Amino acid sequence: MIEAKNLNLFYSDFHALKDVNLNVAEKSVTALIGPSGCGKSTFLRTFNRMNDLITGVRIEGEVIVNDQNIYQKGIDVDQLRKSVGMVFQKPNPFAKSIFENVAYGMRVNGISNEKIIKETVEQSLIQSALWDEVKDSLKKSAYALSGGQQQRLCIARALAVQPSILLMDEPASALDPISTAKIEELIHELKKNYTIMIVTHNMQQAARVSDFTAFFYMGTLVEFNETKIIFTNPTKQQTQNYVTGRFG
Amino acid sequence: MNHSTVKKITQGIAFNVFRTLSIILVAILFSILAFIVFRGAHTISWDFITQMPEEGMTKGGIFPAIVGTLSLVAGSMLIAFPLGVCSGIYINEYAPENAFKRFVKLMTNNLAGVPSIVFGLFGMSLFVNTLKFGDSIIAGSLTLGLLALPVIIRVTEEALKSIDKTYREASYALGATKLQTVRKVVLPMAMPNIITGLILSIGRVSGETAPILFTVAAYFLPKLPSSMFDQVMALPYHLYVLSTSGTNMEESRGMAYGTALVLIIIVLILNLTANLIRHFLMKKIKQK
Repeated sequence: MIEAKNLNLFYSDFHALKDVNLNVAEKSVTALIGPSGCGKSTFLRTFNRMNDLITGVRIEGEVIVNDQNIYQKGIDVDQLRKSVGMVFQKPNPFAKSIFENVAYGMRVNGISNEKIIKETVEQSLIQSALWDEVKDSLKKSAYALSGGQQQRLCIARALAVQPSILLMDEPASALDPISTAKIEELIHELKKNYTIMIVTHNMQQAARVSDFTAFFYMGTLVEFNETKIIFTNPTKQQTQNYVTGRFG
Repeated sequence: MNHSTVKKITQGIAFNVFRTLSIILVAILFSILAFIVFRGAHTISWDFITQMPEEGMTKGGIFPAIVGTLSLVAGSMLIAFPLGVCSGIYINEYAPENAFKRFVKLMTNNLAGVPSIVFGLFGMSLFVNTLKFGDSIIAGSLTLGLLALPVIIRVTEEALKSIDKTYREASYALGATKLQTVRKVVLPMAMPNIITGLILSIGRVSGETAPILFTVAAYFLPKLPSSMFDQVMALPYHLYVLSTSGTNMEESRGMAYGTALVLIIIVLILNLTANLIRHFLMKKIKQK
């Protein structure tokens, strides 16, 4: 159960998210779309409390992940972030080997059994469709990989800590079309086991990969519905204008 | 003349001005180096770098000064490097953005501009007199360490700042704590640049005379130190002595140039070593 209830977010004086209410269906892909600065990335980052890292951020309302409000007192943020994985816009592998990149999340969370680590690394790389390409070069630096491979490595890294939710912040915007297609294919595969939320600037991508789409404009959730409805028969004129490319 | 011709001429002039200035700079550096090599090379022999000074420092070698300088460089870096890196980490990663942090940064910058003789006097009054270390390697190392500290702090801070926040976020997103993120992700990526700061500091520390003048340096001491509470001779001070207050300055002129050359070679070797370490770390990050 993933839900935002009357969510408001302020960057100091700037009201970045206004009264957002959204129910995310499990084991499906929800796309967050809207013009730059509309608050979609900010909204995505409330689900693993990544906004905490920015000084001056204030949050009102509730965000429910796995049946608890993650903004209530006493929440273990590190624990939360283990169950909510994140993939970033630019591939950002660490300056470590391919193996150690995927193992990192387990190591920082106190798993030291090398057998378990090894198995999980392999599983994660298989899940992210990278295993066949890297299985003979696990000790090589992650920077020896191409951009698309690096992004799939980052997905494997996120999967290795066994999250149930995967947040993706424009995961393909820095990639070439072929790598993008691979990532999209992967998202299709992953939604069988994970709840995925993806921010994208690419309308076609949202239409291709998502089951539900939320359209944001100036911090407000304008419309939320099944993707095919948003793209073919939206209720609001604003949504219609945006998805048909008349503004944004 | 049309516009594009004017542009071309301006381009040409600018290029030549920059080139000439660079050539002049390199030429000056090379002539200094050539001068010292020319005057000092014939003094250098195996005995010169392995023997004690003799006959009022006009004969023999400079072995104790070499050992002295190496122990002071090692001592001061052992003190300043960990302390400076930790301070840099604190300032960039932990300290909240407020007036106190700005004050600390301002003071660090000011400290970097304090004349080295002031460090020497401070070291004498604190380490030599108040803490009663006497003229000793430990007092000299602490004083030189303080001198190097602001540079190492600033370099560390800049090196950490240059690591994009996306790597920190990726680490936090996996449930890592701040300490884990700094230690395992950010610091290894920043290390090559921090080593650059270390190289600069080694060069500075090994050549300084003023800070060791009242804290460690011996005018003439033809034996090796047995503990860190002993005095030592040091190359820059030995050079100073030979050229201003030796027993027979005409006689020891050649020795002075030889000492200068040895000092330059030592700094060069230390820099090359540090560069090698840096190169190795870079390679570890980029390749294997």
